[in-house]
Amino acid sequence: MAQITRLATAPPPATSLWVSGVSWAWLGVVPFLVFALMFLIIPTSLLVVGGFQDSQGHFTLRNLSDLLQPTILSSYLISIKISAASAIGGALVGFALAYVAIAGGLPSWVRSPLMTFSGVASNFAGVPLAFAFLATLGRTGLATALLIRVFGFNIYNAGFNLLSFWGLTITYMYFQIPLMVLIMAPAIDGLKREWREASANLGASAWEFWRYIALPILWPPLLGATLLLFANAFGAVATAYALTGSSLNIVTLVLYAQIRGDVLHNQNLGYALALGMILITGLSNAAYIWLRGRSERWLR
Amino acid sequence: MNRGRLGSWIIILLGVMYFFVPLLSTFEFSLRYLRGVYSLEAYRIVLADPRFGATVTYSALLAFATILVGIFLVVPTAYWVQLRLPGLRPVVEFITLLPLVIPAIVLVFGYLRIYNSSSILPLTGAERTTDLLLIFSYVTLALPYMYRAVDNGLRAIDVRTLTEAAQSLGAGWPTILLGVILPNVRVAVLSGAFLTFAIVIGEFTMASLLNRPAFGPYLQNIGANRAYEPAALAIISFAITWACMGLIQVFGRGAQGPAAGAH
Repeated sequence: MAQITRLATAPPPATSLWVSGVSWAWLGVVPFLVFALMFLIIPTSLLVVGGFQDSQGHFTLRNLSDLLQPTILSSYLISIKISAASAIGGALVGFALAYVAIAGGLPSWVRSPLMTFSGVASNFAGVPLAFAFLATLGRTGLATALLIRVFGFNIYNAGFNLLSFWGLTITYMYFQIPLMVLIMAPAIDGLKREWREASANLGASAWEFWRYIALPILWPPLLGATLLLFANAFGAVATAYALTGSSLNIVTLVLYAQIRGDVLHNQNLGYALALGMILITGLSNAAYIWLRGRSERWLR
Repeated sequence: MNRGRLGSWIIILLGVMYFFVPLLSTFEFSLRYLRGVYSLEAYRIVLADPRFGATVTYSALLAFATILVGIFLVVPTAYWVQLRLPGLRPVVEFITLLPLVIPAIVLVFGYLRIYNSSSILPLTGAERTTDLLLIFSYVTLALPYMYRAVDNGLRAIDVRTLTEAAQSLGAGWPTILLGVILPNVRVAVLSGAFLTFAIVIGEFTMASLLNRPAFGPYLQNIGANRAYEPAALAIISFAITWACMGLIQVFGRGAQGPAAGAH
């Protein structure tokens, strides 16, 4: 309770330090700030500025409007589609897994291996993940072969292709689901058992419990985590590159090719491409941070 | 109630299948090198490839350097913010979260623009300085996890009392940081370190765009040219990731588990 009021009312209690120790207390964080400037802020700012310049360095909005040309626009759209699909799918499955493991009436030993494995799987990404899915759902993959042998069903005849929207989405979900499990577990822990019992005592059905108690409390962390998953997938390069080469036109692969060899034939258009990516991941992360702030009020 | 529990088991079972079928398939695939029999031939070929040893060593060295630089950057900063500059905490936390906001490929694009061979600070001009740039890139990538781990560790101890006790015994700042604070947050630092190792060892984007012979670009190269070796490499990579996370569990009993995902 005290923490809640503190969050709601108190500004950071720092004022006295600014007055007394200003001259040298600052020096302690100088190395960190210099590092942040050199490797985060200046490089990013220069790209943003470059996005607004032409090749002579004059201000222009031309690059931004050039982002609307069909190939670039479609690469953004495919990236957004894959990221959104893998984020929403990962969020639903990850939440269901975390919920049943923690509050689903399962024995308590289920939880610990699930969390450990989620830690591993959420970090098992990049190039090896692409290899794993090629060996599973590729044309000669084990799952593909088993589906043909057991059910006589060839997913490739049915129009599935690993090197496509669905293939990449299913592959990304391999790290999205466990990430969701890790993020949501604390929030589900905060969902007190008494709330469920109290609502049951008052005659609420399971549906009413979810509709009027659990979801109103859980939606900020749920939506926030989904946004984080979205940004996570949106910036991914290695898995997509190893899986599809450059056959799938997603924005990170366009940018990769642009950095490698200026395929857009316009350096500043490349900067604008990066600027667009920062905008998209920035917006989704800002919404995540805002939602996290909201959720922390209840889940303490 | 019973029906609900059955549903829970079904969901867990589906989850387990989704995660283990690709691993089993990859393993099975990695054994298929010789026609008609299962063998470890693909592993033998991978391990005998000198580039495998060279790139793994290179990436492991970079990972250690990243961890060292990361510790020296993060521990004093987090300590100082907690002790003397609590008002700066939101700013520092915001900065440490930026690498989750700005995709790695965008960051490295920025580095190539300002540290190219014709700039004031031509880090990409020589191999050694490019390695340095790559280490700093990895410190940036690992910053959110390293900072969170160390900050959690520092919150769990009484920084102020420890500092004052050390000062009253005559310790200077280096002694306080290395002899008092660091040992007290070693669990947190170790879990951050293993997570950093897991992120760096197979990292592809930055190493590839900076043209350095790391394990990630090697994996990609093998993947583009060979059939069965990639599966063996995926199993090996999974084992490395598993080892890192397992070590975090071993060392970090009780400490808060890390939630990562730098892709």
